[in-house]
Amino acid sequence: MSDKFISIEGIAKRYPGAAGATTTVFENLWLSMARGEFCCVIGHSGCGKTTVLNILAGLDAPTEGAVIVDGQAISGTSLDRAVIFQSHALLPWRTVLGNVAYAVSSKWRSWDRAKVKAHAQTFIDLVGLTGSEHKRPSELSGGMKQRVGIARALSITPKMMLMDEPFSALDALTRGTLQDEVRRICLETGQTAFMITHDVDEAIYLADKIFLMTNGPGAVLAEVVENPLPRDRGRTDLHRHPLYYALRNHIIDFLVTRSKTFAAETPDHDPRNVPVVRIGKPGLSIASSGEEQRQTWTPGTNPGLTA
Amino acid sequence: MTSSLRFRAGLVSIVLLAAFLGIWHLATRSTAPVATMSPEYAKLMGLTATQGKSAMPGPLDVGAKLWEHLKRPFYDNGPNDKGLGIQLAYSIARVGTGYLLAVLVAIPLGFLIGMSPLLSKALDPFIQVLKPISPLAWMPLALYTIKDSSVSAIFVIFICSIWPMLLNTVFGVASVRKEWINVARTLEVGTIRRAFTVILPAAAPTILTGMRISIGIAWLVIVAAEMLVGGTGIGYFVWNEWNNLSITNVIIAILLIGIVGMLLDQILARFTRMVTFPE
Repeated sequence: MSDKFISIEGIAKRYPGAAGATTTVFENLWLSMARGEFCCVIGHSGCGKTTVLNILAGLDAPTEGAVIVDGQAISGTSLDRAVIFQSHALLPWRTVLGNVAYAVSSKWRSWDRAKVKAHAQTFIDLVGLTGSEHKRPSELSGGMKQRVGIARALSITPKMMLMDEPFSALDALTRGTLQDEVRRICLETGQTAFMITHDVDEAIYLADKIFLMTNGPGAVLAEVVENPLPRDRGRTDLHRHPLYYALRNHIIDFLVTRSKTFAAETPDHDPRNVPVVRIGKPGLSIASSGEEQRQTWTPGTNPGLTA
Repeated sequence: MTSSLRFRAGLVSIVLLAAFLGIWHLATRSTAPVATMSPEYAKLMGLTATQGKSAMPGPLDVGAKLWEHLKRPFYDNGPNDKGLGIQLAYSIARVGTGYLLAVLVAIPLGFLIGMSPLLSKALDPFIQVLKPISPLAWMPLALYTIKDSSVSAIFVIFICSIWPMLLNTVFGVASVRKEWINVARTLEVGTIRRAFTVILPAAAPTILTGMRISIGIAWLVIVAAEMLVGGTGIGYFVWNEWNNLSITNVIIAILLIGIVGMLLDQILARFTRMVTFPE
């Protein structure tokens, strides 16, 4: 299928436990993402979100299964898949420019210093850090550090961005600004993005698709929720959208109750055909992930999950 | 406030030094009445017997003698009479050579051990057994195999300064933050480049701390080693002056050993500050 840019096919992660037993964090996990799609994963701690991201990044290997990116099974890390780390992970002995230039010179090893510097500078300007190039990470605020992390990830012009709760350590105001910028940059550059978050509003604002995972161990991907909000959504009037609260309530209901009980209540859950939830469609539609159709909304229709 | 604290601390230091010198002076001055004896006998017996002067030199004697040494630090009147500058230069050269050899072995080896869990486990028992051995215990073996006392002293310095550097390098390399390694991995940085651009800068403060501990130990050991091997060096000078019963020279040597040790430590401290990064 042409729109399966990234396809996670039946991966599992098991750790050897005490007395020969094995702990299965998750198994038989299938999910796919189209090119240019922004996907968020929501689930409680311990459901293996970070492990999935690390496997996508190539930092970790699945115990079973495979990940296919752009038609090729991945083995190890790649410069096509940039990671924005939760703890920003800047090298503290390098300046802002040095950190970005390190990534640039890792990708284009034959470039001379001036070219590397100029390229790094464009991405520092892009995230709005012009003037702070020669500061060290210790002189920056948390938000600025994360901007450097974003500039570093973007500077290698990756095919996809992997973000592990990139804004969770920031204050609400900075988080909002950075969400705007990440959204703008991803739309402008057509990035495929995979992001872990605990923040339901963040997921609603940023994502095209939201993956809901049940509690671990033995976590499964329960639902794929399609975001009914238009692509050119704005932060200020997001909550006025007629489907906003239906979407939000659906996700929160899942996190509060269904993430615990999902496995017991849905014994016939098929991990290969995870139900796609389209909020606001007359009669809750549960379609298999194979037949994808975008739901369009019209103002004035009855908001809410009509289930 | 800081400068005032500094000033007050300096003042207290000076007062303590003055008090120490004063007590030293009072404790070692001549007290007893001059005994009546024939001048020739008195000359033979020396001031200790005739005027009740303490055998311990006072601060003024030491100061005068020190001034004499400082005026001519590099004279050379044969094997047993060389300037203090020459003796110190011999010691520093031995410490420097043995220490540099230890750096050349310990840091690459520490890198290998730190990066390889297999080597780390395999070499651990050897390191655990070799580390607590007093460096001077190696001396007879060194003398027997190397057959050169001066080179043996260098070997002893090498063997004593290698352990803190090796262990700190291993620790520093093994405890580089995982996220920094992951950054290098996602950027597909090769092993060699990763070692120089991520692991080395991240471990440098720990490695330098090990080097600083090592130079301190090397300077402690060289005095003892030179007392054993003899010939030249500040350690030999101390023992030679003890045999000459020149306590004044012994005290001067002790003072200089302390000052040189402090300077060596300060040099390494400066290097450590250069590679330390704020987080």
